[in-house]
Amino acid sequence: MTTETAGPLEASDSGPTSTGSRTTMILGIVTLFALGVLVLLGLILSPAEENQSDAVRIMYIHVPSATLSYVGCFLTAIGSAVFLWRKSRWWDLVAYASAEVAALFTAFTLVTGMLWGRPTWGVFWVWDARLTSEAMLMLLLLGYLAVRGIAADYEVRAKRAAIVGLLLVPNVFIVRQSVQWWRTLHQTPTLSLSGAEIQGLMLFSLFTGFIAITLAFIWMVIHRFRVAWLEEQVDAEGLDTAIAERRAEGVVS
Amino acid sequence: MEPDHPISRSGTEPVVHLRGAVALLGRFPALAGVDLDVDRRRIVLLRGANGAGKTTLLRALAGLVPISAGEAVVLGVDLRVDRQSVRHRVGLLAHGTGLYDELSVADNVRFWTLAAGAVLADAESAMVRLGLDGRLSDVSVGRLSTGQRRRTSLACLIARRPELWLLDEPHAGLDKEGRDVVDELVRDAAVAGATIILSSHELDRAIDLADEIVTLGGGVALDDSGAGGDGNVA
Amino acid sequence: MLHDAWLIARKDLKLEIRSRVALNQVVPFALLVLVLFAFALDPDRGLLEKATPGLYWIAVLFSGLLAMQRSFAVEAADGVTDALRLSGLAPAGIFLGKTLSVAVQLLVLEVLLGVGVAVLYGTSITGWLLLLATIVVATAAISTAGTLFGVVAAGLRVRETLLPLLLLPVLAPVLIGSTRAFEAALSGTPSEGWPWVGLMSVFAAVYVVAGIFGFGPLMEES
Repeated sequence: MTTETAGPLEASDSGPTSTGSRTTMILGIVTLFALGVLVLLGLILSPAEENQSDAVRIMYIHVPSATLSYVGCFLTAIGSAVFLWRKSRWWDLVAYASAEVAALFTAFTLVTGMLWGRPTWGVFWVWDARLTSEAMLMLLLLGYLAVRGIAADYEVRAKRAAIVGLLLVPNVFIVRQSVQWWRTLHQTPTLSLSGAEIQGLMLFSLFTGFIAITLAFIWMVIHRFRVAWLEEQVDAEGLDTAIAERRAEGVVS
Repeated sequence: MEPDHPISRSGTEPVVHLRGAVALLGRFPALAGVDLDVDRRRIVLLRGANGAGKTTLLRALAGLVPISAGEAVVLGVDLRVDRQSVRHRVGLLAHGTGLYDELSVADNVRFWTLAAGAVLADAESAMVRLGLDGRLSDVSVGRLSTGQRRRTSLACLIARRPELWLLDEPHAGLDKEGRDVVDELVRDAAVAGATIILSSHELDRAIDLADEIVTLGGGVALDDSGAGGDGNVA
Repeated sequence: MLHDAWLIARKDLKLEIRSRVALNQVVPFALLVLVLFAFALDPDRGLLEKATPGLYWIAVLFSGLLAMQRSFAVEAADGVTDALRLSGLAPAGIFLGKTLSVAVQLLVLEVLLGVGVAVLYGTSITGWLLLLATIVVATAAISTAGTLFGVVAAGLRVRETLLPLLLLPVLAPVLIGSTRAFEAALSGTPSEGWPWVGLMSVFAAVYVVAGIFGFGPLMEES
């Protein structure tokens, strides 16, 4: 139940001994560049918005971050599904890496949401549909990560986590739907871009934000995946030694 | 060996066939390359020091523990491909009782009999055979002595009429009468066509009972003068 | 599969009748929660009245958690999980059977709690049809999701803390839906409550399917 069940590998991942590679180094440099452009655009070049003044600049990272937290969640669900279907360890670790990165982005979304809310509405938190859904996503992801941390064999852990991961998608849909119905009854203030005119440089900044954050997401998932992969490799090694040691027990008695 | 091949009733196929079977508990190789052949109607004694792998071997033969390397065919079923389908054809008497403490003896035997797809009449006759009808049948299992619980577990086992019996230290904790009951059941089962593999530390009694002896050590079947050859039973 | 489900449900309910854990411990716990809410929310200020549907369903959720833990605790005894694997019972059947037995216990609990709420909080009950439909659907949702996540957490040392962490976020929509439906029923505007019943039915359907297919792989130890 070790290396024999390994699934297909990316060319750049075959037998890695570190988490870096040429591809991801280039990716990392491009990401940093994009983030630099974003900072320039977001903080300096783009104009402040009429109603929300400078606070609106947070949107350039808050909105992409929110989107990617959901993308990460879906990726986890897909990875879980393929793992259950094909028993491919590769996909299982993709699900794991994606969930951790998604949790990070969810936390980031919540924090930036609060930072946006304070100057705009005077409070750190509003129970609006989107923020509440995001908070629920955080809890669901924490549940998935908790299952990954249980003390059991890899196979048991992976299977149980996969079921939880697969259910993330219907859970997220149902949660969002229920929160949306619930909050639209109450007309609460929402952190939204409605009423704000986004065009020209602001639109471009938002677009850059999406590009930069997506690149960062991909870079992080790849690296987290590799760390997980290497961890499993370390565990798998030494089977032959273990067998020899085991057989030696019998000889003495 | 094809998986799911119907068992040959003429008995030419061994009931158990293992070659170099490796079973991992986590990363620990509890079975590190076991060779074993057992023919139908044989009573095999499994012996060895504690930790040698006897319990794991019995559980692996029941299809509960995956075999990660080597060959493993039980009752014509390749365990490496499908270990679920062999389960309802074996009977395992394990260290745990496999009984619900808060239910009565009769409730337990009936539930496990029906769960295995047998009929209530089998449950009743099993309880009679093990002396559990009458006063004991309505007592909660949690209140019974070890010997009585073992007898209840045995009743659940015989009601299933398994083709392969896997008994993990069936004599432990029983008085002489209890051990006699176990031996009698084992002999009758072999006559009726079942195959029995049991592990025991009660070597005097078990050697009388068994047709062959296999010694386990360090997760493999050891060379043993009592069995002949390389630890395989003919 | 259904035959196996029936066997398991009967066995679980027989266990409950013999041991009376749900009756002696879970129901008193639920009533205790209601009383504690009254202490926290001061009955004289009208808060309790307005919050009744929500408090009711929170009490049901927390007590339901206990019932779910119990449902799996009985299978943790002494080699029973191995015996279940060896028995040849269809895992989907085991799932449905355990779900059914938990659902029955929850229904009894909900009825008793309803009486408790009517008495302790002085709620007047209207909109019967919606109330009953909500109870049925919410119970189905809670018991299916609870049984599925229950087996995910089963057999682990950390199961007592893992199950609530997994289950409560998942059941949050059920809490929202059942509370809103109850509010609609009690305030005489049932038409607002029925969409919630629909949402919870979808939820229950998703989990029935997930449980039927997922229970088998989850029952394996490795």
